[in-house]
Amino acid sequence: MDALLKVDRCTIRFGGLTAVSNLDMSIGNRELVGLIGPNGAGKTTVFNMITGVYQPTEGAISLNGERLNGLKPFHITARGIARTFQNIRLFVSLTVFDNVRAAFNLHLKHGPFHALTRGPKFKQEEAEIREQAMDLLKIFNLDRFQDVMCKNLPYGDQRRLEIVRALATRPRLLLLDEPAAGMNPTEKGSLMTLIEFIQEKFDISVLLVEHDMRVVMGICKRIYVLDYGITIAEGPPDQIRRDPKVIQAYLGE
Amino acid sequence: MSRARAILGIFLLFLFLFALFGERPLAANLAYYYDILINIGINIILAVSLNLVNGYTGQFSLGHAGFMAVGAYASGSWSEHLSPGMVNFLAGSNGLLNFVLKPFPFLQALPTMFADNLALVVATIFGGLLAALAGLAVGIPSLRLRGDYLAIVTLGFGEIIRTVILNIDFLGAARGMSVTGRYTNIFWTFGIAAIAVYIVLGLVNSTYGRGFLTVRDDEVAAEAMGINTTKYKVIAFVVGAFFAGTAGSLFAHYTGFLTPEGFNFFKSVDVVVMVILGGMGSTTGVVLAAILLTILPELLRGLAHTDFVPAFQKAIEGAIPIHLPPLQGLLENRLILYSLLLIIMMLTRPQGLFGDIAGSRKRVASSPSK
Repeated sequence: MDALLKVDRCTIRFGGLTAVSNLDMSIGNRELVGLIGPNGAGKTTVFNMITGVYQPTEGAISLNGERLNGLKPFHITARGIARTFQNIRLFVSLTVFDNVRAAFNLHLKHGPFHALTRGPKFKQEEAEIREQAMDLLKIFNLDRFQDVMCKNLPYGDQRRLEIVRALATRPRLLLLDEPAAGMNPTEKGSLMTLIEFIQEKFDISVLLVEHDMRVVMGICKRIYVLDYGITIAEGPPDQIRRDPKVIQAYLGE
Repeated sequence: MSRARAILGIFLLFLFLFALFGERPLAANLAYYYDILINIGINIILAVSLNLVNGYTGQFSLGHAGFMAVGAYASGSWSEHLSPGMVNFLAGSNGLLNFVLKPFPFLQALPTMFADNLALVVATIFGGLLAALAGLAVGIPSLRLRGDYLAIVTLGFGEIIRTVILNIDFLGAARGMSVTGRYTNIFWTFGIAAIAVYIVLGLVNSTYGRGFLTVRDDEVAAEAMGINTTKYKVIAFVVGAFFAGTAGSLFAHYTGFLTPEGFNFFKSVDVVVMVILGGMGSTTGVVLAAILLTILPELLRGLAHTDFVPAFQKAIEGAIPIHLPPLQGLLENRLILYSLLLIIMMLTRPQGLFGDIAGSRKRVASSPSK
């Protein structure tokens, strides 16, 4: 299998604390992979490491064979990794539409001077962006809220808007950090359909960090289990469900 | 075709306004109001440019007076030492323009009128560029810092500039520096203010410009969306410094005299107050606040001559048998009222006096309807 993302023996230490140790992970093209583990297992640290917020102390990360170590978060996003956040981090003073529009910045052909001269090319690109952003919002049924301040959206819609914003950067790999947090069972059900839909519609790979077992087991083809920064198991859902180490990590002795 | 016509229209409007406002009025009874108008223009430039940094990009800079000082002293020295030769070459009695205009005797007066304005524009651009350079030099290392830390660094920068000028004999040190060419007029003051407003609004109101706002809202999320936050911060800082520099130049060529004390910490605070009062990130509001806060101290000037404080004291002394020390000499009445107004405004309208105007269309639709 040709791997899109490859994490090769990555370790990250904060002072004396080893948050993630010797992590090996590979995600193929169009694969839906889960990352689970008890609280404090280091799941979000793995996310931050892949997206460049933290640099791994040891080991290498590469996307499509290109090394990501040492790159700034915005460089990594430009290479095709987008993410959402565990606690929603939308641009609170912007409208729903502007939140998505801001993410188009990455592929912008014009710069500050074009914004000042406002020539025909600038106007054309702005019109294209508006159209593409509205198309994205329409797919997620958020187009009717385009002029609403995003902080006034219902919680579930805010979560979906964050995904839309991440998709606007045109990623090849989408990292979802606990998208089901704070959702009720019905919402979780529709979230599962949504994630599978996104994976197919946008033809991308998804790495899903999630607490809720039902969500992860339901949609992921492969699952990594982390405990105290160590990978204790890896495999398809059925195998993970029966793994004694995983049961012990979650339920105790 | 319509574009060419628009450019012609703008050019004609430019000429008309220039003919109207390109000269200083000579009537002495107008000088006071002229003074206030120029100050309004300069304060609009300062506040609108600081709003790009503090309002739209969310960085807390306290060094705007420092950049203004750089612009003022740079343009002042340019006018004193370098500009005369250049102006003479272009618009002097044997200059290039006179030579070109020789066949048109009715245009003979133009070069003299032109000379002052040319000198002002070149000096102002020079002052602005040097201030922008200072902005770049301060911005690149310090914009890694956030919030209070950035405020302290920029505050420190302002004080350093002031102290450095105090110790440069060439710039007059503590004696101050006089600028002989008092060229500033309404036309260029408000012309540059209009350019500042256009540039700030033009930058912000585009897909590119949304980047400034994302830096303010959430730097981590902005980086994760592929936005180079450092670049945006530096651009905001440099553009802000440039316009602070042009404001400094206009100030230098208006008053004709510069002292380092004129660019102290309190000058920076004045501008910050305009931005906060106008509503961070609302250009309309900030322009109105700049106008209001320039006029208000003048309106309150009349109070200095009333017996408000002594009368108030007497009333207290009449009610309670105590003797208060004389307040009249200690306090200037209008400053009490000025700060009182500020406190009341901050308590009742923390989003800024005019904070809602700019975004009113969006806020109407702010509650989602299912």
